[in-house]
Amino acid sequence: MSGEVSQLEELKAAIRGQLDSLDCVIGWEQGYDPLHATPLFIRSEADLERLTISPLAVHNPATYATGFKGEKIGLVVRGCHSRSVIELLNEKLIERDEVVLFGLCCDGVVSQRKIRAALPADPGFVEAVELGNDELHITVAGEQATLKLQEVLADKCLHCAYPDPLVADVLIGEKHAPRQATSPACQDAFEALGNEEKLAFWQDTMSRCIRCYACRNVCPMCVCQDHCIATSRDPLWMSQENTPVENFMFQMIHVSHLTGRCTECGECERACPVDIPLMLLRRYMNKQVREVFGHQAGIGLDKTPPLLTFQVEEARIKERDW
Amino acid sequence: MERFITQDNLQRFTAALAEKKNVLAPVASGGTTTFRRLRPGMQLDFSRMAVISPKDATFPRNETLLTVQRYPEESGKRMELQEHLPEGEMVVIGCRPCGTRGKLVFDPVYETLAIKDPYYIRRRDGATFITLACARPETTCFCHSVGSGPADATGSDILLTAVEGGFVAKAVTPKGEELLGDALFEEPGARAEEAERNNTKAREMMGQAHDFSSAAEKLLKRFDDMDFWQTQSDKCISCGACTYMCPTCYCFNITDDEAGLVSRRLRTWDNCMSHTFTLEGSGHNPRSTKAHRLKNRMGHKFSYYPDLHGGQIACCGCGRCIKQCPAGVDIRQVVMAAQEYPDER
Repeated sequence: MSGEVSQLEELKAAIRGQLDSLDCVIGWEQGYDPLHATPLFIRSEADLERLTISPLAVHNPATYATGFKGEKIGLVVRGCHSRSVIELLNEKLIERDEVVLFGLCCDGVVSQRKIRAALPADPGFVEAVELGNDELHITVAGEQATLKLQEVLADKCLHCAYPDPLVADVLIGEKHAPRQATSPACQDAFEALGNEEKLAFWQDTMSRCIRCYACRNVCPMCVCQDHCIATSRDPLWMSQENTPVENFMFQMIHVSHLTGRCTECGECERACPVDIPLMLLRRYMNKQVREVFGHQAGIGLDKTPPLLTFQVEEARIKERDW
Repeated sequence: MERFITQDNLQRFTAALAEKKNVLAPVASGGTTTFRRLRPGMQLDFSRMAVISPKDATFPRNETLLTVQRYPEESGKRMELQEHLPEGEMVVIGCRPCGTRGKLVFDPVYETLAIKDPYYIRRRDGATFITLACARPETTCFCHSVGSGPADATGSDILLTAVEGGFVAKAVTPKGEELLGDALFEEPGARAEEAERNNTKAREMMGQAHDFSSAAEKLLKRFDDMDFWQTQSDKCISCGACTYMCPTCYCFNITDDEAGLVSRRLRTWDNCMSHTFTLEGSGHNPRSTKAHRLKNRMGHKFSYYPDLHGGQIACCGCGRCIKQCPAGVDIRQVVMAAQEYPDER
């Protein structure tokens, strides 16, 4: 953890040096309890002092980038966050000269869901948290619990191929050796299910959905926001009825609109207040895009998502050559 | 009237109740706990506060208000309209005092001398609340700062307090007393005092309450200070998690689902953080940014509503909006920031 301390100081110094020329820098600070972080909008020295980069700092700062059009901001980004930034740049949704990227070589962030499952009591009763030796020492409801960080890392981190930012103006930390992306066991298990089992799973799971649109609004790539067809009134495209069928319909629209654009930052699943495993849909869709178009979102600048192009004759579909 | 019931018997009692009435209870599934319509085989989960509030019982996330049947013009028949008033009784079990009290914020709005919401009133009158007192506060709990506490029985019909081996059940209303007549309930004996002690301990664990009494006035003082609201709303992502989790949020939307000659008028929860909230027919929205919308959300709960309704804060302190916010917006912090804002600069 001493490495993390010096990295934090290095990052603070880098931000301090540019703070005057930026409207704000988005990072993280401790949230409502010692187990939760919250996004931090740094505008002053005092704000900067509260910055944290611990594995509890999970939010994707790129989510906020499109809200600052015409202003110049800084973003503290981990590998997956930088992919969102690249995708936003590729889709011309933000300008490169309006964003300064403070990159963190990332060792992964936690899954609050896994922590909740591993603790002896509800994390709502947390009293103290200490991080050290790749372990989380948590006092909860008067009991001590030690969790191995590795065991509570988010799935996206355990299977991440891009822990280091793919674009950054300042890079903090040591780069990782190249890795291969792998598929989480839960994904393989889900895909192995028969169609009827999948349907039953979604019908049950989607009965929890309350259509709060946290998954949509937290998604850095969901930029329609106020003009989303799920909430438009004129025309009224989608029934507002809160049933598993309608809820699933919305999720299918959501995932379809992310085709070739989703950078798998996992924010949709993290934000869901009722724990709907939305990444099952995202990963499956991304796999199709990789197979059909050989495309992966957010890994290279100037790469347009396949469904955002229009050509009279598609390059990869050889209609004339049969 | 106080009785005792073992854990197993409570499960039995609830299952039997669910055969006769609609029972809404906290049930664990998919790693989370939500209120669900109790079906055979489902186990009660009292280990944590359900993520979604029991509001569904009195104010469901969606309901069909009426259906309209039209006929082709040549048929000469007039259109038919049918209202769908809720029927049947509902028992909510395992809700916490905060969630139960949520409906007290609805009452002055949906049952006034001039306006009565028959859908809400029927549901409320047909609902029985068997509330579970909290044994220990969560980091996001602040019921004691909004005029309540972990064993507050207001709005409940029965208050359960966990004791060794089961629960002490205290009847709060005649409806509750009737339910406690069931043979599964026993004499409480010394357990009644144990329950008393547990409730006192839980209240002590909450510590000092925060004084929100200046919030109404202080929030109004910040009304035109959009810089303040801009900063407070920075991290908000404008979703509806806070409002939909909230036991006291009572705003709704009405949309018509049309399918040929039949249409249904639906009422669904509305969300004041959404762009479509207060969006006028002209396309103008007086609350055009999330800063304006957050100002309204905080102002409504801690200033405008208390102003209209005898000082009652429209927040029950359950902390769901804090815990479930994807960005960690903390309602306590926002209101306190307004309270602590220096008057003269």
